[in-house]
Amino acid sequence: MKNTDIEYTTVTEIAGPLMVVESITDVAYNEIVKIRTSSGEERTGQVIEVFENKAIVQVFEGTRGLDTKHTSARFIGETMKLGVSKEIIGRVFDGMGNPLDHIPSIISEDRRDINGKPINPYAREYPQEFIQTGISTIDGLNTLVRGQKLPIFSGSGLPHNELAAQIARQAKVRGNEEKFAVVFCAMGITAEEANLFIKDFENTGSLERTVMFLNLADDPTVERIILPRMALTCAEYLAFDLDMHVLVILTDMTNYAEALREIAAAREEVPGRRGYPGYMYTDLSMIYERAGRIQQKKGSITQIPMLTMPDDDITHPIPDLTGYITEGQIVLDRGLHKKNIYPPIAVLPCLSRLMDRGIGKDRTREDHADVANQLYAAYAEGRDLRDLVAIVGEDALSERDQQFLKFADQFEQRFVAQSSHENRSIEQTLSIAWELLSALPDSELKKIDEKYIKKYHLKIKEKKTI
Amino acid sequence: MAQIIGKIIRISGPVIEADNMRGAKMNDVVHVGKERLIGEIIRLNQDVATMQVYEDTTGLKPGEIVESTQEPLSVELGPGLITSIYDGIQRPLPAIREHTGAFIARGVQAFSLDRKKKWLFTPEAQKGDAVVGGDVIGEVPETSHIQHKIMVPPLLTGIIASIASEGKYTIEEEIATITTNNGPVKITMMQRWPVRKARPFIEKYDPTVPLITGQRIIDTFFPIAKGGTAAIPGGFGTGKTVMLHQLAKWSDAKIVVYVGCGERGNEMTDVLREFPMLEDPRTGEPLINRTVLIANTSNMPVAARDASVYTGITIAEYYRDMGYDVALMADSTSRWAEAMREISGRLEEMPGEEGYPAYLASRLAEFYERAGRVKLLGSKHREGSVSVMGAVSPPGGDFSEPVAQNTLRIVKVFWALDADLADKRHFPSINWLKSYSLYLEEVGKWWEQQVGKDWLNLINRAMALLQKESELQEIVKLVGPDALPPRERVLLESARMIREHYLQQSAFHEVDTYCPGKKQYEMLRLMLKFSEKILEAAEKHAHIDKILALPSREVLARMGKMANDEFEQRFHQIEDDLEKELDALIKEKIA
Ligand SMILES: Nc1ncnc2c1ncn2[C@@H]1O[C@H](COP(=O)(O)OP(=O)(O)O)[C@@H](O)[C@H]1O
Ligand SMILES: [Mg+2]
Repeated sequence: MKNTDIEYTTVTEIAGPLMVVESITDVAYNEIVKIRTSSGEERTGQVIEVFENKAIVQVFEGTRGLDTKHTSARFIGETMKLGVSKEIIGRVFDGMGNPLDHIPSIISEDRRDINGKPINPYAREYPQEFIQTGISTIDGLNTLVRGQKLPIFSGSGLPHNELAAQIARQAKVRGNEEKFAVVFCAMGITAEEANLFIKDFENTGSLERTVMFLNLADDPTVERIILPRMALTCAEYLAFDLDMHVLVILTDMTNYAEALREIAAAREEVPGRRGYPGYMYTDLSMIYERAGRIQQKKGSITQIPMLTMPDDDITHPIPDLTGYITEGQIVLDRGLHKKNIYPPIAVLPCLSRLMDRGIGKDRTREDHADVANQLYAAYAEGRDLRDLVAIVGEDALSERDQQFLKFADQFEQRFVAQSSHENRSIEQTLSIAWELLSALPDSELKKIDEKYIKKYHLKIKEKKTI
Repeated sequence: MAQIIGKIIRISGPVIEADNMRGAKMNDVVHVGKERLIGEIIRLNQDVATMQVYEDTTGLKPGEIVESTQEPLSVELGPGLITSIYDGIQRPLPAIREHTGAFIARGVQAFSLDRKKKWLFTPEAQKGDAVVGGDVIGEVPETSHIQHKIMVPPLLTGIIASIASEGKYTIEEEIATITTNNGPVKITMMQRWPVRKARPFIEKYDPTVPLITGQRIIDTFFPIAKGGTAAIPGGFGTGKTVMLHQLAKWSDAKIVVYVGCGERGNEMTDVLREFPMLEDPRTGEPLINRTVLIANTSNMPVAARDASVYTGITIAEYYRDMGYDVALMADSTSRWAEAMREISGRLEEMPGEEGYPAYLASRLAEFYERAGRVKLLGSKHREGSVSVMGAVSPPGGDFSEPVAQNTLRIVKVFWALDADLADKRHFPSINWLKSYSLYLEEVGKWWEQQVGKDWLNLINRAMALLQKESELQEIVKLVGPDALPPRERVLLESARMIREHYLQQSAFHEVDTYCPGKKQYEMLRLMLKFSEKILEAAEKHAHIDKILALPSREVLARMGKMANDEFEQRFHQIEDDLEKELDALIKEKIA
């Protein structure tokens, strides 16, 4: 009898999401296990440690209802795979990759290991194609490029879903009509939140170009470990086999990390910071590093992971480790949200690491980098003054300082704030920026090359034309 | 040698155990399973060996075999290293790509150095010469401006029995025979060396010559010496990688070894794309022609992170042994430490602080100890140096954690990155009040001899200004800037000038990215002259608004971005203008 036919009934221990199967032979590390409960229900697990005659198995659907007497386990001889084919586009799957949309399973052309393989850095193409999202704080100050991984750091109750939906709706590479797709991966979010996206995809007609992987709040938590891997396996197929430009939305990575912690705790591992496993950095990078471009391939994978910062704390391990891996971050701020500013993007802690190479002449506009630097510097100064004014009063400020103070307010009201359906072109974004900057003394615009000041500064331009 | 072949009994991620391994030695390399994955023995207990595997262990089964190579993890050293990009265990990434395409699959066997390529060898020794380890017996032009010295391997002594004549040879062809006490030894252009063992030298010297980096805040205020050590800790997005890239590009080292350890794939791609196009300001040659790259990105196997650091430093020592100044950058040493922690956890070792193994501190110390300016092996007096710069990525940006703390106990230069500065886009966001360099005085002498004799004086005055600024800012926070007397407001303006236009330097501006030493000196001198003059003006009751409106203030602010040759021609003029403007202002007041 082949090992894959043997039903082991030698489960000896069950703890948290883990179970131990003994008296086994010929079991491989990371192999998938089919588990049958005493009531006949089938579950799936994965070998996470194996000895000569014993395997430790993590059960994706959880261990509730398993027992050491009747539960049986069959090792299927392969790792977790996802079947892919062109028909995958437009479909909806659950946490185990089974269709949720009541249409039969796809007939797969190929079955791919969901863990993927690292892209050889020597084969990567450096991402530098500007994606216009129509949102000024992103396009102007934290530019997104094709193949980037740019997460949104949010807090509970902040409008990160609206923002992600707006990005998905508006994102485009200008001047190009190319094949694109969205892969939407929901981990532990509510049905209501998921519906917001689904409706939005429906309204904009992008639903038939979307693949969804859903594990909602009441679905088994351990499934969240494999869900983003399936989603990214699908994305890699679309991007690198079918030449599509794929936008992957992963939400909420905080729930993913919680699932990781749960397994670590069950294994009684030495915990790292705040109880999260020491290998969480590596684990997260196996997800985030699957974004990118590859030489000689047309497609691309752009990732927008979302996470809620526990307690709005950016130093919490989940945002912290994410920020160490991703190529920047968009940070939402409760203060701005309370001031009714949408999108409440706290510009200063935001970053796009790939911006410098994605902007400028022939990409966006020649003055873009200088304008962005100047906006940052001026806004930072205005914000500092705001703190100062709270103590010493506005009168204690020089005229120059008062101009910066005013600038900070105007910047939030006019540059940051926009409606959730306002789709600004990069030119519109830059011209708002120049309107704001032109209100400052021009000797203060030291971050901007003189030739651009002459060309774009409102007052100086006027003077010239008179 | 009897074969040592064991059988796997446990697999836990990158750590496996095998029994029947009696006779195997610590740190020997093993081949694991059917695919002959590469691993290293890290613990022995009776018959059972524990190994870390440098490739993904998915699919391995207990019962599969493990075979010891009975050799420690080693690198190949010889012509062809420069311009290469390797993984953590020195497999060339281009070769891996040829085997398995754009994605890295495991089990690839590839030579580190090209076996077929022929190199032009010119002998520099003769038959009958007595030689010792380290002696140069020939040269190979490796790239457009690197002469690769072919050396007698360390620990070997004897008489040259034969040496090849000038001609083209592969790295495996014999180019000399040395008669030793133990018989004749064949010499080729390739050596092997175990990575965990420092290459020997005769003596260590104190580093005294600066490694010029073209980065103002570093060269001027927190310099690193050739043969020195520096750490650059900072939270995410504070500028570690950009700074290490800047140092790799612009340092006046002969050879650069860049180790990407557990960081982003795109950052290595960026180096690969950019370095062939950038020119070394000293030689005019493409930067890639002096660079060796090691890439173990965050999604590549964890165990190889540890190896990548040792692979890098061994290659650096090898070029040092040729008499060169080598600079090694490691981004990030924290990922290496985390790899140690992960492996240690799987070994169920007793965890130390924050789960790191107790030997964390000693491993870090051993690594940085391999830096230095040394007297090289060999019969002639020769020197070489390895400078080491390591990024540290502290969780939450908090420097009190074990990796940062243990590193700071060892290194001589601390570039403290500051998230507040980064948020304000003050780059490089090195905090000038917290950072330090223990080489400042020593390399200052070099600057005074080579560039300007008041160098240390300028630095002290500039630093005093910045210190004073931070004290004044505390007062401003309470009373507002308007309440300060004119003298102090002027001081604040001078400090602001230094902060915004000297300390800040854009890595992405084609001129500003590299600031030559002479320009640094003149810029600082002019800014301090300005500072002195406006102070005098303020004391003579010139109005602050008039001072702020002076045209030279704007000219000074733009010096960094002014083309270097233009600056060279203009700085006397700038100085004259500045003096004239201020003298006029002072006179106006007195009149
Ligand atoms: N010297 C510099 N000049 C201009 N921008 C810089 C400089 N240093 C850092 N930056 C900016 O900061 C971002 C983050 O820097 P990076 O070195 O990637 O941070 P870290 O490695 O510390 O996470 C860069 O993408 C760049 O936009
Ligand atoms: Mg970095």
